Amino acid sequence: MLDEPAVALTVLVLSLFVGIEVISKVPPLLHTPLMSGSNAISGIAIVGALIAVASDGLASQVAGLLAIIFASINAVGGFLVTNRMLAMFRPAGRSGRSGRKEPPGEGGS
Amino acid sequence: MSAGETWLQLAYLASAVLFILGLRGLSSARSARRGNGLAALGMLVAVAATLAAQDVLRWEWILAGAIIGASIGVLAATRVQMTAMPEMVALLNGFGGAASALVAGAELLEARADLLNTPVLDMALAVKLVAIVFGSTIGSITLTGSLIAFGKLSGRLGGAPLVYAGQRIVNALLGAGLLLLCVWVGTGNASLLEYAALVGLALLLGVLLVVPIGGADMPVVISLLNSYSGLAACATGFVLGNSGLVISGSLVGASGLILTRIMCEAMNRSLGNVLFGAFGAAPEAAAAAAGGGASAKGYTPEDAAVIFGNASSCVVVPGYGMAVAQAQHAVRELMDLLENRGVEVQFAVHPVAGRMPGHMNVLLAEARVPYEKLVEMDDINPQFPETDVALVIGANDVVNPLAREEGSAVSGMPILDVDRARHVFVIKRSMSPGFAGIQNPLFFNDNTMMIFGDAKGRVLALVDAIKQY
Repeated sequence: MLDEPAVALTVLVLSLFVGIEVISKVPPLLHTPLMSGSNAISGIAIVGALIAVASDGLASQVAGLLAIIFASINAVGGFLVTNRMLAMFRPAGRSGRSGRKEPPGEGGS
Repeated sequence: MSAGETWLQLAYLASAVLFILGLRGLSSARSARRGNGLAALGMLVAVAATLAAQDVLRWEWILAGAIIGASIGVLAATRVQMTAMPEMVALLNGFGGAASALVAGAELLEARADLLNTPVLDMALAVKLVAIVFGSTIGSITLTGSLIAFGKLSGRLGGAPLVYAGQRIVNALLGAGLLLLCVWVGTGNASLLEYAALVGLALLLGVLLVVPIGGADMPVVISLLNSYSGLAACATGFVLGNSGLVISGSLVGASGLILTRIMCEAMNRSLGNVLFGAFGAAPEAAAAAAGGGASAKGYTPEDAAVIFGNASSCVVVPGYGMAVAQAQHAVRELMDLLENRGVEVQFAVHPVAGRMPGHMNVLLAEARVPYEKLVEMDDINPQFPETDVALVIGANDVVNPLAREEGSAVSGMPILDVDRARHVFVIKRSMSPGFAGIQNPLFFNDNTMMIFGDAKGRVLALVDAIKQY
């Protein structure tokens, strides 16, 4: 679909604008998760790696295999560590030592 | 376009929408975790669609690669300490860049009959080749640059800038050489060896460009490398004519660019100055000059406890020193104690405190400090004149009042106005200057009490002293 370079360029420029628009709204509080999360998204290179590994030449296949390894470390590690970080961000109501053990309304009646 | 192709493109569209919704979720702490889940789902959709649409699949390679990569990813993500997050992010960035560079390289090898040793005249081929060159170059720079950043952040390499005579000239020459090689390979006339030289030079330049950048400028470097890894993925999208890669790559590129800009603004320095200024390289002279004259008086935690006894509000200013000492849990203990005594406690977080964007917020969240208490610079600064105690823990340049005056290395940098609080405590290991290499007049003010020592030990001692008081 993107064989026409002008179309690809259109997609690129428009998604840059969307990216800037969306990411400008992320508060400094969440800048680290933003970085690790968007970093995980750059693991999308795995799509290219899946295609590359199906090449005819052995050299391309090996490069593709290495790319699959790197990209899946990037994507899996990135999303998991972001999730781990975000689980720690909690509002005041749930900041007690045991965190999730205190649902509202169950206070020792 | 075949039906299969149409479905594939629609799946990429769905995955792009999920990425965008995921990033939008990060606009508030409440929706952030769900957003991250949506983005991960988007990745799954893209991978599944690609597998479904491919005619040729080498399952043994794919499974082997995915199992190895995913296992490493899971292990790293579950075991990494929160204080080690900057180097973790740097490393992951590097892997993303490596993956894109490898995909670009694989495509070049696959189509070498058309793309090497012969002038490329066809438009589509030319676009592909240019994208390969771009992806290989940026991806390789990202890989080695991130590895050096990882080394500096994890302490395996010294954090100080490494500078030598003629460094900029060498880098400029190598950069020019790389650019020439890019153009040459881009014409299609290059040999495979010359392409290999391009990759090698890009790898080398990644090392050389990050080596002269000091530890405290790492927030900028990580953000920029983050952006590069996205742009590299974007380039491979052009190589493969794959809209999924182009869209997600440019989202990441945009994110990194925005963070880079925010970090530079928070230091009042241009990107060029951060990258090529070798900032913080020669602090000895300035330090000696400043250390000679006045000396700040050291106080004990017991002295501080007396002041806390009469305080009703406290703003804690954490810096890299808190991260190094792993003092975030001790700080949380102090917060609990003070709040039990009716003292209002808030945290003032400077945008570049620590070694990556948002570093302090993650550490304090880990110590279960509610995020409402983490206040941004512009919101907390007007509150300092009404604050009884400002407690600076391991921060220096971001609270240096010299920034408000002309003619110093930090001039014009937005700072936290702690010196306007009634009392200021500074917990710090020694009087050594901060990254900017200049002394901090805050430490000599009448309302400032210096408490020397390791952040964690001093905060715990402060907790004990307040309990006894």
